Amino acid sequence: MTTRLHMALAAALILGTAGAAAAADKPTDPQIAHIAYTAGALDVDMAKLAISKSKNKDVVDFANGMVRDHEAVNVQALDLVKKLKVTPEDNATSKALSEASAAEKAKLEKLDGAAFDKAYVANEVAYHKQVNGALETVLIPSAKNAELKSLLETGLKLFQGHEQHAEMVAAGLK
Amino acid sequence: MSTHRRLLPVVVLALGTGPLSAHAETITVTIEKMAFSPAEISASVGDTVQWVNKDTFAHTATVKGGWEVMLPVAKSGSVVLDKAGTLDYFCRFHPNMKGRITVSAP
Ligand SMILES: [Cu+2]
Repeated sequence: MTTRLHMALAAALILGTAGAAAAADKPTDPQIAHIAYTAGALDVDMAKLAISKSKNKDVVDFANGMVRDHEAVNVQALDLVKKLKVTPEDNATSKALSEASAAEKAKLEKLDGAAFDKAYVANEVAYHKQVNGALETVLIPSAKNAELKSLLETGLKLFQGHEQHAEMVAAGLK
Repeated sequence: MSTHRRLLPVVVLALGTGPLSAHAETITVTIEKMAFSPAEISASVGDTVQWVNKDTFAHTATVKGGWEVMLPVAKSGSVVLDKAGTLDYFCRFHPNMKGRITVSAP
């Protein structure tokens, strides 16, 4: 169901950061900011799809929470890059995230009712898990600016919270 | 009959709040960067716990099968502790946020 997203993100992270050139390929702060912002914005898009399609209150409530939280953290991210005079820089990981998310969205758009709810929530669990892995192993350790690192750490706690929340919603759908 | 009805609530009120309110305290828990701080507090029956949300995210303080306090961005909320025991609570929006209140008899 979410294999494509996993593969694309894993590949991008491996190719972009831990591949042949290893340390030299660590993402820079402008790239990290772009990846983190993109990850949040994509989840907001997916949530808006769920709000328009789902009739399940738990699913809609969850999706509204995703919009609220990710928009809030992205406002903080934009404020920070402005303050640091950093211009977020597009990169292979951001592109892979966007492509994988577009493919997943196309699949979800074809589903309705309980099938949609299940697929959306399962994808949310997988997506947050994947982004958490990237934050923990690549983005946070690579971040040079202390304020960016701190925002990413709060972002990690937020994403971990969302992953657990999605798991709770998923359990309720069975 | 009517005298009874009017008197009874007064008696209950006096018994209920008299001895408790004398030493009741308000304990503040701050929410910042996705965490309750302090995460563990001790209180007595009759005390108030107040949560102050300093995050840009909405949170809740929720006891499973019990009460829930909604904590919108930059707002606070509170509960009055009405019985002794250990209360484990969490945020329903972010279940990785956890806290505990140990309530002792007054
Ligand atoms: Cu929360």
